[in-house]
Amino acid sequence: MRWSAPRLPSRSTVSKVLMDGNSAIAEAAIRAGLRCYFGYPITPQNELTEYMAMHLGRKKGCTFLQAESEVAAINMVYGASLVGARAMTSSSSPGISLKQEGISYLAACELPAVIVNMQRGGPGLGSIAAAQSDYFQATRGGGHGDYRTIVLGPSSVQELADMTMRAFDLADKYKIPVMILGDGVLGQMKEPVEFKREAPEITPTREGTLQGAGGGASRIVKTFTSNPSELEEINWSLFRRYQLIKKNETTWDTYMTDDARLVVVAYGIAARIARGAIKSLRAKGLKVGLFRPVTLWPFPDEPLRELVKNVRQLLVFEMNMGQMIEDVQLALAGKGEVSFYGRPGGVIPAPDEVGRVMSRLYYQKGLK
Amino acid sequence: MLVKMLIAGFGGQGVLSMGLNIAEAAMLEGRNVTYLPSYGAEVRGGTANCTVAISDEEIASPVASSPEFVVAMNQPSAIKFQHHIQSGGLFFLNSSLVETEILRGDIEIVHVPANKMAEELGSPKVANMVMLGAFTRKSGVVEFDSVIQALRHTLGSKKKLIDVNEKALVKGYELY
Repeated sequence: MRWSAPRLPSRSTVSKVLMDGNSAIAEAAIRAGLRCYFGYPITPQNELTEYMAMHLGRKKGCTFLQAESEVAAINMVYGASLVGARAMTSSSSPGISLKQEGISYLAACELPAVIVNMQRGGPGLGSIAAAQSDYFQATRGGGHGDYRTIVLGPSSVQELADMTMRAFDLADKYKIPVMILGDGVLGQMKEPVEFKREAPEITPTREGTLQGAGGGASRIVKTFTSNPSELEEINWSLFRRYQLIKKNETTWDTYMTDDARLVVVAYGIAARIARGAIKSLRAKGLKVGLFRPVTLWPFPDEPLRELVKNVRQLLVFEMNMGQMIEDVQLALAGKGEVSFYGRPGGVIPAPDEVGRVMSRLYYQKGLK
Repeated sequence: MLVKMLIAGFGGQGVLSMGLNIAEAAMLEGRNVTYLPSYGAEVRGGTANCTVAISDEEIASPVASSPEFVVAMNQPSAIKFQHHIQSGGLFFLNSSLVETEILRGDIEIVHVPANKMAEELGSPKVANMVMLGAFTRKSGVVEFDSVIQALRHTLGSKKKLIDVNEKALVKGYELY
């Protein structure tokens, strides 16, 4: 599916509000029918928890709770999801590491949930500045066991709002945890945003959830079985669903790739910076473009392979030392030529800096 | 056209609300805008700053490495950010608190005795609004009407606050 990027504000601004990314996620989640939010403070995502405390906590039939730890928060999401409530938690890199056990359990029980990671610099406690260093963790499941989560990579406050809505629907449609992989800058910056939907597209059903036995036979949802062939069947069932998600939900975006000789592959805030660089290089006559994975898992392999039929030279640009580049290389299986530019640790490169790397490559590789 | 501005000062001086007001004014004018505060372990009396980018096109990065406009509400900010301003840019100094001599000849320096003027209005807290008034006039990045509209939107029903803030804005605006 082709992602139609939401247009940034036009001349009519009546319905727009200036909002930081964290609050925009929270507002979108509440509109998407969120019932339970559980969180634990960490910079740079605290505005999300704060917004939930103010707005979800006061809504009838909804629960906001600041848990005693990240581990507790994700397990509360586990419980809420089990009884059929739309549930969510959010954190930033070190906190997301703590949540991995719970995410694995959610995946095992085929439960929907939305998890927000506003990435900060790592490893360890790292820094509070924006980074993209959790790509591996997010796109490979993150916890133990053979599972995946859907991972969305927004690059503006408007997309944070739109993708939060989409995340809840995907989670319910496929009974799977969905991660929104943002970063500190997206969370902290304010931009005009419009909330396009008042209600979720999919209304979650109570089918399969625990509602009390009501005198009948008791049902148990569990992740443990002592029978390997039973577990194998569970893994097969998960795998079949992942194949379906790959087929139906893979989303990407391109910008000026039609006649491009050099294409940058970037996601999230990095894609946005690259887009700025491409625009100024185009004005100087350089044929450059952008390929942006919007779903990071499933990764858009096929469209990237299609692209490389016409463009030989790619430049992967990430705010880390090279993580998504592995997915690019896997997708291309040796086709095309892949270069890399990265800034780790929470440094945000300017569009000019990325532009200089692009033009150097352009001339070096004789693309002129 | 893309313009970027950085507003810096002590935490508590209202530097973030100045930036927010400009951002909101730009939004009301139907333009693209990003507002990015410095975040983290910020405290009252410590330093704070924010970056605002305004454009008629999409904005690639909310970060400004060489902004066209810099507002320094205190001495440390004036020292720290004077070399960041783009050549030909404008440097707004709160001359009530900034004593340092600016050694760059390639930028225009705009002196605004913001604290002194705010005190004359009987409300030292509105120094930021005096500066914002002067900034709006000299920079021309947003219309004065939009700034007033954004202020009214932010303060909502607090009529008394709107009055004193508006007076400060007008006073700053009429300085140049």
